[in-house]
Amino acid sequence: MRERVLIAAGLAVFLALFTYPVWWAAASGTRAAGPQLQLPQTASVCVAPAAKMRASHMQMLSDWRSDSVRRGVHQFRAADGRLFDASLSRTCLGQCHSKTEFCDRCHAYSGVSTPACWQCHNDLHSTARSIR
Amino acid sequence: MKLTRKEFLITSAATLAGISGTKLVTSVKAAAASTGEDGKPRWAMAVDFQKCQWDQGCNQCIAACKHAHNIPDVPEKAHEVKWIWKELYKSVFPQQSEWVDPALTSHPLMLLCNHCSNPPCTRVCPTGATWKRGDGIVMMDWHRCIGCRYCMAACPYESRSFDFGDPRGEIANINPDFPTRTKGVVEKCNFCEERLGRGQCPACVEECRGHALIFGDLNDPASEIRTVLRSRYAMQRSPELGTGPSVFYLL
Amino acid sequence: MIEKALTGGKRYWFWISLLLACIVAGAAMYMRQLSYGLGVTGMSRQVSWGLYIGQFTFFVGVAASAVMVVIPCYLHDTKQFAKIAILGELLAVASIIVCMLFIMVDLGQPARVLNVLLYPAPHSVMFWDMVSLSGYLLLNAVVAYNTLSAEQKGLHAPQWLKPVIYLSIPWAVSIHTVTAFLYSGLSARPLWMSAVMAPRFLASAFAAGPALLILLIIVLQKSARYDPGEAAIGKLATIVTYAASISTFLVLVELFTGLYSGIPHDREGLAYQYAAPHGFWGMTLWMWISSVLMIAALAVLLVPRLRQSRVALAAACVAVFVSLWMEKGLALIVGGFEPSPLGTLTAYRPTCTEWGIALGIWAIGALMLTVFYKVAIAIRTAAR
Repeated sequence: MRERVLIAAGLAVFLALFTYPVWWAAASGTRAAGPQLQLPQTASVCVAPAAKMRASHMQMLSDWRSDSVRRGVHQFRAADGRLFDASLSRTCLGQCHSKTEFCDRCHAYSGVSTPACWQCHNDLHSTARSIR
Repeated sequence: MKLTRKEFLITSAATLAGISGTKLVTSVKAAAASTGEDGKPRWAMAVDFQKCQWDQGCNQCIAACKHAHNIPDVPEKAHEVKWIWKELYKSVFPQQSEWVDPALTSHPLMLLCNHCSNPPCTRVCPTGATWKRGDGIVMMDWHRCIGCRYCMAACPYESRSFDFGDPRGEIANINPDFPTRTKGVVEKCNFCEERLGRGQCPACVEECRGHALIFGDLNDPASEIRTVLRSRYAMQRSPELGTGPSVFYLL
Repeated sequence: MIEKALTGGKRYWFWISLLLACIVAGAAMYMRQLSYGLGVTGMSRQVSWGLYIGQFTFFVGVAASAVMVVIPCYLHDTKQFAKIAILGELLAVASIIVCMLFIMVDLGQPARVLNVLLYPAPHSVMFWDMVSLSGYLLLNAVVAYNTLSAEQKGLHAPQWLKPVIYLSIPWAVSIHTVTAFLYSGLSARPLWMSAVMAPRFLASAFAAGPALLILLIIVLQKSARYDPGEAAIGKLATIVTYAASISTFLVLVELFTGLYSGIPHDREGLAYQYAAPHGFWGMTLWMWISSVLMIAALAVLLVPRLRQSRVALAAACVAVFVSLWMEKGLALIVGGFEPSPLGTLTAYRPTCTEWGIALGIWAIGALMLTVFYKVAIAIRTAAR
């Protein structure tokens, strides 16, 4: 009988601690700040809609990679018909985004480990020899 | 229902095997579907090595390649990375040097990947990280290479290098227009396929002061390389192996 | 079943602790290799395969040698082998896993190893090596598990196991043939490109594997009081004798072809192995030690009186195993790269890191074998 009370109490304490971030935030009315992204100044429309990019930019870059390296197809046609050079370094980073102020901010916030791409590929804005 | 540990392990293993099996079948199907053929030219290079200005200290071909492709300067010779380099004639053709003019046999030749028409390296690659393109170039996919080095064992020309460490630390000035590689992959001359795609000729050919490197399309009878191969005798490295090299050494 | 490996005396736990220490050390060395790259090994641009691939090649042979006990036991109903077939099959399982580990540590990008499955390349012998090794592991694991499981319950092994066992026999031959084909199809490496590679691999495997099995049985007789009988050991010794003789004959045959033909690259390759050219004495010393060990072993094995003497036989088995380990586990692989296509000789010496990682993998194999044998013997003795 005593054990049941202890177990229940222990379980309650554990659950309270475990769900602390949820009820504390709700009670104090604070919200965690999301990632502070610096949007590009030059263009306002990406190669694909923002929602699609958020969901599957990794898949798109992977397709660009297979097309460029293995099929020799270096051009990407966006849904609205615009043609782009299928290159992260030249198109995305070269024309619109800053890696440190855009890409890295979201990756760091979400805890996505630095993609292995940067072991080889270059961030054209950076003059540093080693970009990780 | 009581599940024993044994039954749980066997069921899990069988499920895993089943999933892997179906994935393997779909990959085989996908592999069979894609071919990656490209273009109609057949790229080749003729080396008029006696025009090389090595005696005036010229290494422009090597320097150009190094800069164009971020080739590291690895201090340990055992781990060196080279896409184009020089060897003496008598090292390259040891069985054809005996009574030949020493001025010739002590002459350096430029060596690089031969981009064979029947490459042993692409035959042995277990992942398709190296393959022969339709225009004759033997390509490298540094994303797929697992670094098994089977291609290095298979190459009869010592054309391939391996990144024994991280090459980034050994590059003096990174050229932002071309990626570097990472540790653990095999690399070699790619006939400057990225420059060919832009309508340029390979970096070594462009930078050669003595016009010793002739690059062109073997499928074009009017090309400079076809003309020179018709008019002069050319040697190839180990042709008896049936590799069909695309690099010719003009005599 | 595994709980049987969790009880043991002081010696047993000391042995297990020793193995675990080696494994931890090996793992630490591997972390170093992962962090820096394969530059921590002695390999070079010219000698791009070394100890790891050599050890893989050698242990594929040990794995294939299980067939030498399975054939007499199941195809010819040789009663004496009934007690050791399971030992051979379990040795095969441990050896194959050791092989796979050696391949993994040799890769420059091990995280990408699944590319071999995701992008199958049937034109590559390495693809078929992966297929045959995985299949062999599965076959032996299934056979060993079901045999032991049936014994534990006091039953005969299930009927469906028989065709699986029969399949493992040609499959064993195939794993080592495919491994030989990795080397013997390369026109770039004259030392390897010989039709005799596959038969030579099989012969040396059928000598080294049963030799190891004899030594393991001697250990088991002392430590676990498990005695399969002198007749079984005698028959294994006969197999080792025949196989070692054939293996030596094939080595001599290769020497003849290389030297008599006079083809420069063949001659130079053999010179590197046996004649210390240009001051490269390391490999020559290694190969002569290996050759002398084999000759000494054959001198014992070919004399029935000596072969039947326990001490002489044990010494001969150690000599055979070490000799073939030296030849197949290092010399043959490194030798293929010497001289390079451009005629250069490059010294290769495995570094401490390389030895440390190799030791860790051997320790993993030994640990698996210890656990397997403990379980198998416990089941066997209980069944009696």
